[in-house]
Amino acid sequence: MTSHRSHPSYWAFVLHRVSGLVLAVFLPFHFSLLVQATEYAVGFDGFLKWSEQPMVKLAETGLIVLLALHLTGGVRLLALEFLAWRDWQKTLVAVCGGLSLAIGLLFLVNAV
Amino acid sequence: MKVSIWRGGKVGRFVAYEVPRLENQTVLDVVTYVQRKLDPSLSYRFSCRVGMCGSCAMTVNGKPRWTCRTHVSKVAVGGTLEIAPLGNLAVIKDLSVDMRVFFDKWAKAGGAFKGDKTRDDDFALIKPADKQRQNANAGIECIGCGVCYAGCDVVRWKPDYLGPAALNRAWTLVNDARDTQGPVRLQLIAGENGCLGCHSQQSCQEHCPKHLSPTASIAGLKRAVSVAALKGRL
Ligand code: SF4
Ligand code: SF4
Ligand code: FES
Repeated sequence: MTSHRSHPSYWAFVLHRVSGLVLAVFLPFHFSLLVQATEYAVGFDGFLKWSEQPMVKLAETGLIVLLALHLTGGVRLLALEFLAWRDWQKTLVAVCGGLSLAIGLLFLVNAV
Repeated sequence: MKVSIWRGGKVGRFVAYEVPRLENQTVLDVVTYVQRKLDPSLSYRFSCRVGMCGSCAMTVNGKPRWTCRTHVSKVAVGGTLEIAPLGNLAVIKDLSVDMRVFFDKWAKAGGAFKGDKTRDDDFALIKPADKQRQNANAGIECIGCGVCYAGCDVVRWKPDYLGPAALNRAWTLVNDARDTQGPVRLQLIAGENGCLGCHSQQSCQEHCPKHLSPTASIAGLKRAVSVAALKGRL
């Protein structure tokens, strides 16, 4: 069954919302981990070692993709609302999605 | 062909009907067949049958559509149709919904034209190439079918939101050089229930059968409101 939600601009809206929410939840953890790792238990070397783990890398890539999605999505919205109207909104959505994945991939390739 | 049609009011159920499949058959043809041949108590609305009056909108296989110009071949999923009343509006009976809230919101958005000329004055001269006129032209062909309104999730989440059609109408008037209600109208459409409530999900322009873009109109209103606010005119 199709619905009034099955189109790219709506998915872009959902992605923007979800990435925002996940970032809001995840970023504090991310920073507190950073602080803990650098200041307390393990020292900086330990932290570097810890951050070499594949799972950590993967999680960081996810974080980067989310950040990129939220950023490009936000720029898209600003452009849509404050610049002259374009009829190629779906292309814009695709560009934002593609750009975010590319940024994530770039990070992953550099990290490994 | 198997067709399920919503019967009842807010509470009700889908009832299955068997309708002969014809060439060039529209969804409205299907509903009319059921009402004429199978169950005369079925309630639904239509008038022009050629996409001008905007009275025949329903939910067809999950999406809001005008039914008189929607061909069965384009929307049937696995050869079947599910036809429900338009969303976001109170069901009166079967496929008829109460459109009053929808049109009341046009009035709330300052949808009425008010000029200052009389019949004795000369015509207003507006060049077709005028930017404002082109903005107005882009939104003026709305037939008031409510399809965009039914597809908008902001209306679903915030029942007081004016909705895409009313705001699109307001935008055409904001761009009408003959209209005198400019600042008053901006006040009416500025708030959270006006253009600022729109999340640019674009379901309205995705489904508008006239291929209008209420999202573009609302973006225009957002800019107009921002400019007015910056200049302290709001
Ligand atoms: S663009 Fe705005 S008015 Fe149109 S469906 Fe989306 S939220 Fe509703
Ligand atoms: S904007 Fe389009 S979908 Fe909305 S009421 Fe007008 S014609 Fe119908
Ligand atoms: S019956 Fe008039 S628009 Fe469909």
